Amino acid sequence: IASLIMYLFAEFDDAANLLAANPDATTISIDEPVEIPKNQHGRLPEPGREEDDELLGTDDSDKTELLAGQKKSAPFWTFEYYQTFFDVDTYQVLDRIKGSVFPVPGKNFVRLYIRSNPDLYGPFWICATLVFTIAVSGNLSNFFIHLGKPTYHYVPEFRKVSIAATTIYAYAWLVPLALWGFLMWRNSKVMNIVSYSFLEIVCVYGYSLFIYIPTAILWIIPQKVVRWVLVTFSLCLSGSVLVMTFWPAVRDDNRRIALATVGTIVLLHALLAVGCLAYFFDAPEVDFPVPIIPAHNGTTVITKSQ
Amino acid sequence: FSGLADVSITEDIPVEGEITVPVGSHSPDEDFSTLDEPVRDTIMRDLKAVGKKFVHVMYPKKSSALLRDWDLWGPLVLCVSLALMLQGGSADSKDDGGPQFAEVFVIIWFGAVVITLNSKLLGGTISFFQSLCVLGYCVLPLTVAMLVCRLVLLAGSGTVSFVIRLIVVVAMFGWSTLASTAFLADSQPPNRKALVVYPIFLFYFVISWMILTFTPQ
Repeated sequence: IASLIMYLFAEFDDAANLLAANPDATTISIDEPVEIPKNQHGRLPEPGREEDDELLGTDDSDKTELLAGQKKSAPFWTFEYYQTFFDVDTYQVLDRIKGSVFPVPGKNFVRLYIRSNPDLYGPFWICATLVFTIAVSGNLSNFFIHLGKPTYHYVPEFRKVSIAATTIYAYAWLVPLALWGFLMWRNSKVMNIVSYSFLEIVCVYGYSLFIYIPTAILWIIPQKVVRWVLVTFSLCLSGSVLVMTFWPAVRDDNRRIALATVGTIVLLHALLAVGCLAYFFDAPEVDFPVPIIPAHNGTTVITKSQ
Repeated sequence: FSGLADVSITEDIPVEGEITVPVGSHSPDEDFSTLDEPVRDTIMRDLKAVGKKFVHVMYPKKSSALLRDWDLWGPLVLCVSLALMLQGGSADSKDDGGPQFAEVFVIIWFGAVVITLNSKLLGGTISFFQSLCVLGYCVLPLTVAMLVCRLVLLAGSGTVSFVIRLIVVVAMFGWSTLASTAFLADSQPPNRKALVVYPIFLFYFVISWMILTFTPQ
């Protein structure tokens, strides 16, 4: 089985020769708790030559993982338990954001950046920023589109903030929950090499939403082509982060189920982007028809300005 | 010890002595007993404390008075007045578009609670109510901005008034953020300061946005 695993990781990363160099790192025991295989997997994708800091970080990650295992043993009703989910420094958060915006082909976001230290700071505040960015940008965009029209009276449209908040937070928490449940269920049927904890999935989804923040700001530009180009571009970037994270987790499964899972992930992500664009941003260059004016002899006259 | 067996205390021996504690003879006790003072003194003391904190917010120095004696009267007054001023004025228009009173209230208080929780979870050493107090008091510049905006809107609502309002709101937003950062940043671990300051920035940005987009009917 070691050779099979080595083959899989050679596919997954270019530095296959390094893997062959330390065969002891590929042993996996099915009986061990989930934490241990992840520890070993964390070491594997790092090529030693060009990314020395990643390798050094890996050593730290071993220590931090042991420590993290000790830290997370605080009972869930104490405040210290929740502090373990905010155990990140500024540079770590910035690194994770950078990793979500510039996905490196072949590098798994969870393995490379999260390394068994999932945080809730990033997902929560990225979602909060995204909510307000979409609401404010949508409002600004509508203002510029309808500027100059005599029938237009500016309203701040504050209702949309609550709608945006509900949508985005529901997406960022319920979809990871569903995905985690699904992966756990498939894990019980098919032995997958890679498995993620719920918080790691929440983390990946949260950080993958970051690219939509500058996209939402750029959506103020009232050109349809520009908006659709932006949607496609950001969808490709964040979708690729998600796909590269979850493909190793489902590839051992039935081919159709694996493809369906990854396809659903991308589809939901696309739905979120397109839905936000459609709901919060009025379509540009569309004139609202003037309301029907009933003529005095009973026939109705509809005027439409082009 | 046979003689001791005969010793017994009978109930008819009276126990005498003084068990009352003398009151009023220690001078520090008199300072804590505020029950006898006139009501005016009590109210004036609290008002002076609130006023002193307002002055501290407008001229932020790194003083610990704002942190040590926290109170939530100031934030409540500021929040209520800001929410009242953000009402559109025409009560019968349903689609006002602006935030309702309850929405402003919830955003300010819930936002302050979330930011406080965030800073505590990141390892901050400030207490919960002290942080709420600082965040609430630092809404004062934005309340002043709201007042100025309403006065400017009385004069007119064209481009010039918009530019004036924009400048005022941006200046007050910067003042609020800097004031609250000056008070709160010291209690954070040094490599997480930016993680704590950013939500404060977002909080005041949202309030500034609500003030700037206020349009009376």
